[in-house]
Amino acid sequence: MSDALLDIRALNAWYGESHVLHGVDLHIREGETVTLLGRNGAGKTTTLRAIMGILRRREGTIRLRGQDLLAMPLHKVAQAGLGYVPEERGIFASLSVEENLTLPPKVAEGGMSIEEIYRLFPNLHERRHSQGTKLSGGEQQMLAIARVLRTGARVILLDEPTEGLAPVIVQRIGDVLVALKKRGLTILLVEQNFRFARKVADRFYLMEDGRMVNSFPAQELDAHMEELTSVLGV
Amino acid sequence: MSTIFGIPAPALYGQILIGLINGSFYALLSLGLAVIFGLLRVINFAHGAQYMLGAFAAYGLLNYAGIGYWPSLVLAPLIVGAVAIIIERTMLSRLYGLDPLYGLLLTFGLALIFEGVFRYWFGTSGKPYAPPPQLTGAFNLGFMFLPIYRGWVVVASLVICLGTWLLIEKTRLGAYLRAATENATLVQAFGVNVPRLLTLTYGLGAALAALAGVLAAPIYQVSPLMGTNLIIIVFAVVVVGGMGSILGAIVTGYVLGILEGLTKVFYPEASSIVIFVVMALVLLVRPAGLFGREA
Amino acid sequence: MTVQSQPLQKQEGIQIPIKALAALALVGLLAAPFAVYPVLLMSVLCFALFACAFNLLIGYVGLLSFGHATFFGGAAYFTAHAVKVWGWDPLAGILLGALGAAALGLVVGFLAIRRQGIYFAMITLALGQMFAFICLQVPFTHGEDGIQGVPRGRLLGLIDLNEPLAMYYVTLAIFLFGYFAVWRIVNSPFGNILKAIRENERRAISLGYRVDRYKLGAFVMSAALAGLAGGTKAIVFQFATLTDVQWQMSGEVILMTLLGGIGTLIGPVVGAAFVIALQNYLASSDFPVTVLIGVIFVVCVLVFRRGIAGEVLEFLRQKKNRSLPS
Repeated sequence: MSDALLDIRALNAWYGESHVLHGVDLHIREGETVTLLGRNGAGKTTTLRAIMGILRRREGTIRLRGQDLLAMPLHKVAQAGLGYVPEERGIFASLSVEENLTLPPKVAEGGMSIEEIYRLFPNLHERRHSQGTKLSGGEQQMLAIARVLRTGARVILLDEPTEGLAPVIVQRIGDVLVALKKRGLTILLVEQNFRFARKVADRFYLMEDGRMVNSFPAQELDAHMEELTSVLGV
Repeated sequence: MSTIFGIPAPALYGQILIGLINGSFYALLSLGLAVIFGLLRVINFAHGAQYMLGAFAAYGLLNYAGIGYWPSLVLAPLIVGAVAIIIERTMLSRLYGLDPLYGLLLTFGLALIFEGVFRYWFGTSGKPYAPPPQLTGAFNLGFMFLPIYRGWVVVASLVICLGTWLLIEKTRLGAYLRAATENATLVQAFGVNVPRLLTLTYGLGAALAALAGVLAAPIYQVSPLMGTNLIIIVFAVVVVGGMGSILGAIVTGYVLGILEGLTKVFYPEASSIVIFVVMALVLLVRPAGLFGREA
Repeated sequence: MTVQSQPLQKQEGIQIPIKALAALALVGLLAAPFAVYPVLLMSVLCFALFACAFNLLIGYVGLLSFGHATFFGGAAYFTAHAVKVWGWDPLAGILLGALGAAALGLVVGFLAIRRQGIYFAMITLALGQMFAFICLQVPFTHGEDGIQGVPRGRLLGLIDLNEPLAMYYVTLAIFLFGYFAVWRIVNSPFGNILKAIRENERRAISLGYRVDRYKLGAFVMSAALAGLAGGTKAIVFQFATLTDVQWQMSGEVILMTLLGGIGTLIGPVVGAAFVIALQNYLASSDFPVTVLIGVIFVVCVLVFRRGIAGEVLEFLRQKKNRSLPS
């Protein structure tokens, strides 16, 4: 895919001596929402970390708008316009909610203003002076997403945003993702819950044991159900 | 003359003042150590040497460049901070992924080098450094005489501690620091240049130590040995206070300084070890330290 | 800190004719006083034992004790006092020193083990400083002067230790005993548990081991052996002073171990020999030895963490790996 905004080819990565990603290919066009599916340990989080540059030992190609990200230090990758929402959410206990929200510096114009964010997430406004970790799991997830929106990053990497959350919160997060899609943001979503993902995804990638095993557009999800259930083990 | 617990009042207040002054230095130095340790996870053994370098910088500025106390308060920390930044960039940063004990050993080696070199150049005796004319003399408070310079040291150290606390708790830079202390990688993943933050923090900590050195010069005289024995006491202060909080480091420093002063009045032989005894007791009862967050 | 966890013979890929080398070393040690000044050799042996004792903690338990001079110097004082003031047999005096050091080790260890890693190091440093202050003030140490003129005496009433050769062979015997003791501790079930604790303390706890007790046990053993070295030193050099209990001394033994190779059995001995030889060489010049020690520390920590023995072992291992068919 040559018109890809985020273009990853033959990505190999290692944790120490352990070879964890094997020749991963991934392409995302601007404005697309792409979901990476796979069971626990398949390498989904590792892929996100490798793209970001948190995992340093890599080989292959990672390009954002043609810019080579592989050689860049971690903070420059973020400044290039990649926003990261980690699996563990990463809310800082020694910061208030508002400090957490405003921590990531602006990397580009076009990010949401604080007022817009508080409109989208009213309960964050209510709790803005509380300590960051005093929020519930769902609220922390909202905060983790919200703070990246303020930076102006146009490509968001989201790692299992619905994990461990109640259905009504999951619904809310789905609404947020739809709103982000409307703004034209490009989203790489890692999920185990494909029923949630199908509501927002344009395309799916399927991962197993550190390898991409398949990819298909969202319409074909039902056609691939058998493969999905075997790979995901659900 | 009135007495309190059998001690003449002026003598008691005098010792409390000395304790408060010592406590000021304990607080300033343990503050610097805590800031460095919090973010870099390194115990900066060279902190005592940086304190000594600050005092010598003031001495050198005065005797070789004719630059007095007030500009030295700014210049000495800048000089020592610059040296510290070079140390961090060239040596300390290579050790970040390793066992933190290596950082301790590196800074220990650096402390030996600094102390050895200065001892070689200047000998072991203390060099005098006069307080600035604006701060000479004493106030008569009625119950005791308060030397102006000593009063200044206490006030200045409180201001510096408060200023540092405000910097860390209330500013954006401080937010970066607090967040990076929890999860440096994530902060970097947001686009903050964390390696530069680490360098600046080490420089800032060293500058704090140097500033304490300038404050100390007129009181304790300038000697190559002034740092190392002090830093070991500060280690004990830090163990008592716990490394978890900046405020804890400050409070513990002042309290232990005053305690040391009081011990000198009532039980002088024990005054040099009372802080260590307190440390032993705290270890028995509350190993994480009084304000510690890390077990 | 990376460590050799297995006895040399069992290390994969390293072929060392251990028995032959050991025999050679023993012959060398026995013959040495005829080639090298005996007092220098005895100095090396005492500090080598001290360093081996220290290495037991850092290399095999992972605890950096920054106050080991307490045990070395404390024992020196106990032994010096017993032999000079109470007229004890030198061997009895040395044993008293070792026991006294063990008792000190129990107290210091009990307090320090409540924290780990960096904090442990800071606590041992602070307690060491406290002990040094106490030594300064307590009458029996004679403060700044120290205990001078400690008689060498007659070992067991038979061997006159004033004879340099006799003193040397006795020192050698004590060193070999201590070295063998460390070897035995490391290669024993107790030692294996220590290594397990160092590798993964949580797992050791979950397996039911009273980890603190093992750590404390290792600490006391290390203190006792350091005390053995200190007591011997008091007899050999016939004095005990404040220098023996100060933090600089603690720093020196760390350097010897780091330079020689943390976690190798022979490393501390090599490091001690190197440092003593260096100090001896520089003693007559006014070169600031502290600076050189600091530089060696910095260089070792930055680029030479395995130490001399460690690098040699790694070199041998690489050689073996290269000669293996791929």
